[in-house]
Formats: sequence, structure tokens, C-alpha cells
Amino acid sequence: MTDTLNLLIGIAAGLNLLALASSRLPSMIRAAALQGLVLGVLPLLLEDDWSVLLVAMAAGTALAKGFVIPSLLRRAMHAASIDREVEPLIGFVPSLLLGALATILAMLLSRSLPLLPEHSRTLLLPGALATAICGALLIMARTKAISQVCGYLVLENGAYLFGLLLLRSTPLLVEAGILLDLTVGIFVIGIVVDRIQREFDSLDTRNLTELHE
Amino acid sequence: MIAWAEPVASTLLRAIAWIALAPLVPGIIHRTKAWIAGRRGPPILQLYYDLARLWRKEVVWSSVASPMHLLGPAVAWVAVLGAALLVPTDAAHAGLDLPGSAILFVYLLALARFGTAAAAMDTGSAFEGMGAAREVSYAVLSEVALVTGLLALSVHGGSASLAHMFDASGGVGSALLAGGLFVVLLAENCRVPFDDPNTHLELTMVHEVMVLDHSGPPLAVILHGASLKLAIFSVLLVKAVVPLGQHSPLVAVAVLGAAAAGVGVGVGIAESLMARLAFRRVPLLLTTAFLLNLFALLVEVEGGRLR
Amino acid sequence: MRALGLVAVPAVASIAALAWPKQATRPLLLPVAAFPHLLLALWCLIDPGPPVPAAWLAMDVVARAVLPLVSLLFLVAALYAVAYLKLRAERNNRIFVAALLGMLALLSLALQAQHLGLLWVAAEAATMVTVPLLHFNRSARAYEATWKYLLVGGTGLALSLMGTFGLGYASLQAGGAGDLTFLSLSQQVHSWSPPWLTLAWVLLLAGYGTKMGVAPMHTWKPDAYGEAPGIVGTMLAGGMTTMAFVAVLRVKAVVDRAMGPAMTTRTLLGLGLLSMALAALFLLRTRDFKRLLAYSSVEHMGILAIGAALGRAGTAAALFHVWTNGMTKGALFFTAGNLRRIGGGRTADEVGGLRHVAPASAALFVTGLFAVTACPPFGVFFSEIQILRAALDSGRPAVAGGFVACLLVAFFGLTRLVFAIVDGEPKTVAPPRPELRDTLGVIGPPLACLLAALWLGLAPPQLLADTWRQAAAWLGDVP
Repeated sequence: MTDTLNLLIGIAAGLNLLALASSRLPSMIRAAALQGLVLGVLPLLLEDDWSVLLVAMAAGTALAKGFVIPSLLRRAMHAASIDREVEPLIGFVPSLLLGALATILAMLLSRSLPLLPEHSRTLLLPGALATAICGALLIMARTKAISQVCGYLVLENGAYLFGLLLLRSTPLLVEAGILLDLTVGIFVIGIVVDRIQREFDSLDTRNLTELHE
Repeated sequence: MIAWAEPVASTLLRAIAWIALAPLVPGIIHRTKAWIAGRRGPPILQLYYDLARLWRKEVVWSSVASPMHLLGPAVAWVAVLGAALLVPTDAAHAGLDLPGSAILFVYLLALARFGTAAAAMDTGSAFEGMGAAREVSYAVLSEVALVTGLLALSVHGGSASLAHMFDASGGVGSALLAGGLFVVLLAENCRVPFDDPNTHLELTMVHEVMVLDHSGPPLAVILHGASLKLAIFSVLLVKAVVPLGQHSPLVAVAVLGAAAAGVGVGVGIAESLMARLAFRRVPLLLTTAFLLNLFALLVEVEGGRLR
Repeated sequence: MRALGLVAVPAVASIAALAWPKQATRPLLLPVAAFPHLLLALWCLIDPGPPVPAAWLAMDVVARAVLPLVSLLFLVAALYAVAYLKLRAERNNRIFVAALLGMLALLSLALQAQHLGLLWVAAEAATMVTVPLLHFNRSARAYEATWKYLLVGGTGLALSLMGTFGLGYASLQAGGAGDLTFLSLSQQVHSWSPPWLTLAWVLLLAGYGTKMGVAPMHTWKPDAYGEAPGIVGTMLAGGMTTMAFVAVLRVKAVVDRAMGPAMTTRTLLGLGLLSMALAALFLLRTRDFKRLLAYSSVEHMGILAIGAALGRAGTAAALFHVWTNGMTKGALFFTAGNLRRIGGGRTADEVGGLRHVAPASAALFVTGLFAVTACPPFGVFFSEIQILRAALDSGRPAVAGGFVACLLVAFFGLTRLVFAIVDGEPKTVAPPRPELRDTLGVIGPPLACLLAALWLGLAPPQLLADTWRQAAAWLGDVP
């Protein structure tokens, strides 16, 4: 069980780097979606007895992070006919190296943080820290709104991974809160992206009529 | 029987085997590519015929060439052969068991590259100089990846000698290493997507452009050295990834040979499916290879702690 | 029950605003909800009632020390909003009114939250509900500001969520039972792991610090304050930042109990001085008088952080400063909105001589400027003096020196720009539309704010002073 868990977290960490190296928006969205899907499965691996709530939560997370939000992003991208090229502030190779550095730092940092016995053999903590740092890096190092939303998704994935440490002990309120707020947050962001685009469009048309007169 | 005779004989035997079998690898690659493209393609032994033909030919010397023009390919070939001898070919019989031979291995390959590049620049042709510059700038990145990969292997095997490093476990680390070393193989041997060995478009050539002024036997030496290097990397990749330890020596050698041929097929498939990368995208791919090897190293370091 | 009522009243009003059919009368819902909310808050202040130990939501002493301010400020903002939305009749105000009321409900929830997770959920929801308020003006710049607010604020929220998890896990690791109420966290007797506490503190401080807008996480503030209507600026500067500051205080109390105040003191002092210094420098540069207010807010957040780092006396003074700063900022944001509408521009290059065009607003703006730069007898002067004294009493003359130096530079920056727009000759020839002139509806609220700031300075009610002291004592030494 733990090995599978660690493998999935490793894949998630690899997807961080894939998102950092993506030069096209669709592949970046795909990386974030795949990561969400991978992370959605994790609660099932952490717990031995599956309650209905647990399964619902895993399915909901996977659905929201892996399908709903990415498809919203794709819709926004198509609707606004945004250019697919990612415009980096920090180039792809430096971003990749920084991402790798972040992963290593997360490993080192998590060594000094003592864990409960049931987590001591998992990569949950370093994975969470690495994912969060890579997400923040994506937000800072990319200029386009959609790529920043992808970065935010990755950051949220890191926070979610962190939260899995508390899965057994705290009421599910916190978890439900994450999922709800994540969706709401991204939803609002999506709407704003849409509005920005429409605002620019209407500005353009107004300019056109002014020139006409 | 004298005490040193047996290792010397075994080393000689292996040198002969390397020299004799290496030209097979490019043959396999070409055959695979032809097969995928639906052509009949050249025979697997084509490189042997080419080498024999070149060996018989006369050498045309450039009027401005210095002795380096000949010395370069010779040094390169010897260095590559030396590197080959360091690579163990089966589990029981290691290669030359020198402490820290992994580092020597990297340096010998670098020496070989120096020889080729120096010979290329010797005639003073700007065109060949460009090829040399590209080759060396790829090497800067691919060597980092190679050294990181070797480091991962040496952490895993607990030794810096190539003879004892290969103890593949077939886990996640091996999978990462397979990806990383495969990219290194493609880059070090100037294969697609880094370079197209078949291209004759001057501006895109890397390795081919370096040997334009060579002819006859020196060219044969260069071509043979290239095939030897390809064979080394194929064997290295297999040794790093496939667990061979538990088999008997004979089986291990057979598996190794088959797997190395498999790597050749893999290169052929990769070349058929991929186009050559734009020059500015090359660093990204090599960085990826470096990171794959780095993460293999991390898995080795962390894996011990988690278990 | 009253705690729940403070959340429920504006929440119900918010839903009512969504359903309200009439555009013209909908803004009246704001004061209608704000009055009972303020009465309820004052009732709690005067008659606290017995403490409820295990509740997730309670009007405890810390909430009592700040929630009445937020409520009062909201009432003033509501009165201003009635006049303001009449001027902006062309805009549908359904979402605006509902979101404003929702913000009050969520701020009340967050200020009273006794549970780490509940606090975060309320903070996140409050952020989301503010979004429609920010782009009420529908300009491209307003959308850009909204985008920045979402992105930076969202990142801050993600960080504070991770910090919340970190603190929760630290408590589990130290033998806790998974009860994340602040009371049980601070009563936990087992030994905490210092690295975990440090990580949690750093994440929570970065997260809630972003909501507060301390440097270097302040980047959303100038844009958001510059583009949003004055009411929204007031509620962000007086309500949202207060909520984040209280969150920092509550977390700090837990961390201090577990590992001593050395780390939190150092980090808060550093962030506070950095905020003050950066804000002072930006105040010297900016040409836009609404962004000016944002940098002033960054400066005052720095002052709050410094106050919080200086023990009980400093914390009590910081809570005092929350009140004086909130009231003064309200006056400034309302008058800045007036001047912006009447003057038709936002930078010193576009407008000038506003004292001829809008005498009342200009006079109030200048008075507010003196109030916010700590001129006696306004409240800010007294609260800052108290913080300064706390710094000197705790043996930190360097902090006190930096504090005063930043205040002086900020004073220079603020007066430079304010007089540039108020004094001189009007730069636009066209007289403003007659309906935009100073009316009681848009002059009364800032005047009330300034009077409140004056009152807080000259004769702060004993009840409030006692509450701040008790809150500081409670935070410093949780039972």
C-alpha cells in the first residue's frame, strides 16, 4: 500500500516538473489535471476501511481536479481564443531546475519534521511541500492568466496533499471545505477570465465604432 | 599458467569482442528504421562493408592539416575502447576492476570527444568548427546527466567502480534511470532528436559535419569509434536497468546481448517516430534527462531511509 | 446564540438582497441589516455573558475587542452606500449589495471563529465574496485589479490552509486528539515539535499576512484599493485586514504558548518594519491618491504587526490602533471616492485645485490626512504613541527609531500628494455634473468617521480600553 502511495506521489512530483516544462497551454492543463486525478485516488490508499464518505470524497476530488476544472479551463481557452503558447517570465530550463531544487529542498526540509508512525514511511509531506512550491513558482514565473490558474491548481494540490496527513484525525469538515472552496475559487477565477476577455472585446468594438465616425 | 595471464587473456578477448560486435548496433538501428518505414533497408552488416571499403581507400590529406588531424581519431578510438573495457559485460566477470573507474570512464569519453573535436577544427574550416562547437555544447549538458546517472548507480551499488556498481533492482529508480540514460545515449551518440545522422543539410548537421575532411582509414576509425560508443551506451543502459545478477554468467551475457540489441531497436523506433528538435529546445530535453537521473539518485538516497 | 445572530442577521439580509425586486430600494437593506448588527455587537460588548469553552463560534474577548468596530464601520459604509448607489443608478446593484452583506456575515464568522479550520473557511469565503465588489466599476483596470486580488489572495489562502494543516498536524504529533479549537490547542501540555511549529507559523503568517497586506505580500492592495469603490476600500482596509490581523493574533497565542514568543516577535517585528519602510518609500513615489491610501494601509498594517510583537501592552495598543486606523481610513476612502467622482481623475497629473470644486470633501480629506499621519488630537496619534511606548518599555529603541523615521517619511509623502490635488487651480475646465456635488449623503459618513476618530483619541471609552487590555492579556496568557 505504502509503495503504491509513494509511487503516486512521485508521479505527482514528476507532473510538477512537466507543468513547469510545458511550453503549450494544453499540455500544462493536462499535467495539472493528471496530477489532480492521481491525488484524488490517494485517500483510498491511505485508509484501509472505505467509508461511503471517503469514497465519495476521493471520487469528488478526482472528478473536480481531474475533469471539471480542466475542462472549464479548456473551455475558457477556446472561448477566448487565447494563444496556446506559454509566455514564461523565467525560462523553461531555469524553471525546471528551480522545480527540481524545490523538490530536493522539500525532501531535506521534511527530514527535520517528525511524523506520526503511520506516516513515517510515506512521501506525503515532501510531496506536498514540493508541489506547493512548484505551484507558487508557476504562478510567479508565467504571465498568462490560464497558466497562472494552472499554477494555482498545482499549489492547491500541494495543500490537499498536506491535508491528507490529517485525514484520520480531524472531522471531514476541513476536507469538505477544501473541495468546495477550491471549486468555488476556480469557478470565480474562470468567470473573471471570461469577463476580462469580454471586457477587452467590447472595448475593441467600441474603438472600432469610434474610428468609423 | 602465470597469474596475470588469465586476466590479460580475458581482457584481450573482451576487447576483440567489443571491436568485432560494435558495428552491429548501427546496423540494427538502420534495419529497424527501414522496417518501420516499409523499406527493405541495408543489410545488418552494412557498416562492416563500409569499414572494409574505407580501409582499402587512399587517404586524402588537407594541405593545411597538422598531425592532429590523424592523431585525433586515433586518440578518440583508443579512449573509447578503453572506456568499453571498463564496462562489465556480465555479472561474475567484471570489466577492469579499478577503484573509481566510473570517473575514469567519463574522462575517457571526454578525451575521445576532445580528440574528435580537435581533429575537426584542425583544417581550419569554419563549418567543421561549428559542428565541433555544437557537439561540445551538447556534451556540457549531457555529461552532467551522465555523471548524475552514474552517481545514482554508485549510491545504489555502494561503489564507484563500474565493476561493482550495476546491481539493478528494477524499481522506480531503474525506470527513471532508463529514461534518463536513454536520452543521454541519444545525445552522446548524436542520434535523433539531437542530430540526424542521415542528414546532408549542412546547417543542421552536428556529428557528420565534423568528419567531412576525413577520408580513408581515419574515417573508418572514426565510424568504428562511433559505433563502439553506441554499443557502450547500449550495454550501460541495459546493465543499469535490467537485473542480471541472479543469472549464470552465460545466461547473463546472452540476456545482455539480446537486451543491447533491443536498445538498438528502441533507438530505431525513437528515430522513426521523432523529428529532430529545434536547436533551442535541446537544452530542455537534456535538462529533463538530468532531472530523471537526479530523481533516480534521490530515490536511491531516500529509498534507503523509507524502508 | 448572539454569536450566531451576528452572522445570521447580515446573511439573511444578503439573501434578501438577492431576492429583492426593486433596484432603487435595495441599498436600504444595508443600513437595515447594519443597525441590528451593531446593536447586537454592542450588547455583547457591554454584557459579555459566560464564556463557552468548547464552542467553534463564540463572541470571546478578542472578538469583542474588534467586532464592534467592523460593525460600526459597516454601518457608516452602509449609509454612504445608499447615497453612492443612488449616484450609480445605471449599474445593477443586486450582486453588490448582496456581496457587501455577505462580506459582513463572513467577517463576523471569521472574527468569532474559535476553530482553526472554521477560521480558514470563513476567510476563504470572505475573499471570494469580495470579488464582485472589486470589479463593480467594470473597467479593464478594475478587472486587472480583481485578477491580482484573486491570484495573490488565493495564494495567501492556500498558504494559510497549509499552515492550518501544519499546526493541526503539529498538535497531533505532540499528542493532541485532533481538536483544533484555539483553546484546546493552547492548553495542550505535551511538548510540541519546534520545526513543525516554525513551519506552521511561517505558513500561517505568510497566508494571513497576505490578507492583511503586509509587505512583501501587499502587491494586491494598491490595485484593489485603487480600482474598487470607496465603500469596498473601507471594508477591505477596516474589516478584511482586521480579520486577518485577529487570525494572526490567535495563531500567535498558540505558538507563543508552545515555544515561547521569541520567534513570533522576531518575524512580526521584521515584517512590520519592512512594511512601514516599503510603504513610506512608495508613498513618496505614487501620483494616484487612491493608491496612496493603499500604501498608507500597508504602513498601518506594519504598525499593527509591530504592536502585536511587543507583548501585552503592544497588543492592547495594536487593538486600539485597529479602531483608530479603521475609522480614519473610512473617512479617507469615502472622501477620496467623492473627490475621484467630482474631479474626474485619480492622479496629481489629472486633477488639482479640488478645494474649489468640492470644498467639503477636500476639507475632510485634508483633515483625514492629518488624522492618519498621527497628528493629535486624533486617535491614531494616541494608539501610535502607545505602541511606541511599548517598544521603548520592552527595550527596543532601534525599533522605536525605525518606527518614527518611517512615520516621518510617510507624513512627507502623504502631504506632498494630498496638497498637490487639493491646492492650486482646477485642471479641468468643465464643471462637474450637478448631481455629483457634495451632499449630506456623501459628506456625513466621512464626517462621522472623523468624529469617531477624534472621540477615540480624546476620550476613549473605558469599556473599550478594558476590553483591549483583557484581549491582550488573554492572547498573551491563555487560561
